Amino acid sequence: MSILVDRETRLLVQGITGREGEFHSRAMAEYGTQVVAGVTPGKGGQTALDGRVPVFDTVDEAVRGTGANASCIFVPAPAAADAILEAADAGIGLVFCITEGIPALDMLRVYWVLRQAGVRLIGPNCPGATSPGQAKVGIIPGSIHREGAVGLVSRSGTLTYEVVQAMSDAGLGQTTCVGIGGDPIVGTSFIDVLDMFNQDPETEAIVMIGEIGGDEEERAAAFCAREVRKPMAAFIAGRTAPPGRRMGHAGAIISAGGGTAESKRAALQAAGVSIADSPSQIPSLLRAAGVR
Amino acid sequence: MKLQEYRSKEILASHGVPVSVGEVATTPAQARAAADRIGGPVVVKAQVLVGGRGKAGGVKLAADPAEAEARAAEILGMTIKDVTVRTVLIAPAAEIAHEYYLGIVLDRASRAVAVIASAEGGVEIEETARTNPDAVLRLPLHPLLGLLEHNVRRVAFFLGLSPDLRGQFGSILRGLAEAFASSDADLAEINPLVVTAGGELLALDAKIVLDDSGLYRHPDLEAMRDANEEEPSEIAAREAGINFIKLDGSIGCMVNGAGLAMATMDLVKLAGGEPANFLDIGGGAKADRVAAAFRIILDDPNVRAILVNIFGGITRGDEVARGIVEARATLQRQVPMVVRIVGTNAAEAAQILEAANLITAASLDEAAARAVAAARGEAPA
Repeated sequence: MSILVDRETRLLVQGITGREGEFHSRAMAEYGTQVVAGVTPGKGGQTALDGRVPVFDTVDEAVRGTGANASCIFVPAPAAADAILEAADAGIGLVFCITEGIPALDMLRVYWVLRQAGVRLIGPNCPGATSPGQAKVGIIPGSIHREGAVGLVSRSGTLTYEVVQAMSDAGLGQTTCVGIGGDPIVGTSFIDVLDMFNQDPETEAIVMIGEIGGDEEERAAAFCAREVRKPMAAFIAGRTAPPGRRMGHAGAIISAGGGTAESKRAALQAAGVSIADSPSQIPSLLRAAGVR
Repeated sequence: MKLQEYRSKEILASHGVPVSVGEVATTPAQARAAADRIGGPVVVKAQVLVGGRGKAGGVKLAADPAEAEARAAEILGMTIKDVTVRTVLIAPAAEIAHEYYLGIVLDRASRAVAVIASAEGGVEIEETARTNPDAVLRLPLHPLLGLLEHNVRRVAFFLGLSPDLRGQFGSILRGLAEAFASSDADLAEINPLVVTAGGELLALDAKIVLDDSGLYRHPDLEAMRDANEEEPSEIAAREAGINFIKLDGSIGCMVNGAGLAMATMDLVKLAGGEPANFLDIGGGAKADRVAAAFRIILDDPNVRAILVNIFGGITRGDEVARGIVEARATLQRQVPMVVRIVGTNAAEAAQILEAANLITAASLDEAAARAVAAARGEAPA
């Protein structure tokens, strides 16, 4: 089993005819994901991916025409918040938004509208999710994965790839890898994904990759202490980050008295999570916790 | 992006908030003329974005224009937390009966815009929240409807405002909320909001911090950026589309992805070195951007070695390697370079790098250790 994406996922790509959208749609389809539709306003009736995928003007038409049940968004930041709402309006229950740089106040409204509509949003500013051997949605390179029993959740992109690669090299495969995004307001929190992994019978252990800023990791630690009985390992980036500066990700900023790597490490450690000093230590921490 | 006090006050004033505006001056003579026009006692305030300017002597009272000129001469050119003061604000001095704190902030924890208020103004709100949490009201607003009238009443009653001040307070809080939303701010605060001896509310100091992601729709606010307070290298990086923050160490870092860039800095430190910067080159690692990144890193004379960490993933490693070798050939100053490229064609990438006499590494730990050794002038292990 896995979480969020699998063989049944029927994916729609919003922005499929753009450079990024086209490139990654191709990679998703090659990995085995069912890419069933694309949406680019004004290009309805055309096709993408060498004629294999129909393109629609609106998400509504795409859903009615193809039975798409998930969407992946590659549209530019000024139009991305609206694209998320369009997907929710059309009845899509699971939306991945890869786009970086959406204004926080736009995301705030989107967050609450989707929550009230019962739509699951992953991101924005996230790399997506992969269930190895089944499907990948987003931009995570498929080649780094291996099928297995570890669930991974992360706030970052390439750092996630680093850890996944280290795990796969060490023979530790994954059920699903999820990047929740580095923005201050994201649709899905660490706790949401930890809860899914905790309930997924095939996920035997969980890896969490956090970074400075906010208190999501601290809240996740409280959840782990209370609910999670599976072995866990974590890495927190930004021990050397200076306070008050935005470290690339809009969410990665140490503000007065909070959000430091040390406070996150301490909270997770107290919750029984093994803490890595380097991404390369994650596999050995998992082995030490009894993961085969 | 932080706005200077006088810019923040201009924005609040345009939304109907009564502010002590004043005039800006960049020379003592201008300060004198401004004080003359304002009339009566004035405050001379250093315009810097760093906190603690009052304690550093950057805010001074002046009884008349001659004294304003003298105080401005002291403050202009002064250094506050590494920032040289180039502008002062000359504002009318107010007789203060009471000081409040009033702010609006994007509160990521509750995923809401929240009003923060305290009857103990004039000090940092974080300090009040620590020492006397009951003195601070944190009121999340409705995410779709924003500030409602019962919110305004609740804040006014919390602050214990007298009935004759409540009407004026309502228009101030509504103006602050409008200013926050219409400028895509992360924070808009008035500290202190004072009651004057004449019984009027007045914003004596203001601070607005903008959401960088919202700037594209506010060219007027982008134009308020104060280049005086930014590292020249950080300005160059922004213009090249690179996320860069200068630090104090000797090992320059060039990485794709913000999380991996932070992790790379952490591993440099773990290996016994100090990172010279945070640098996220973004997706693709294209040759022109790599060249710009190298120039920005090497502009810092403290840099003794560069660690390049590119997790290519889908990008072809050999293309990135060629880009790095080409970019390196254009550099004025050369330092040892440790390059780690992961991704498609990583083996070909390593061959290209080694042929160009660059130090390579397979793992990030190894790359960090080699960069630290190289910065110390040791041969690669």
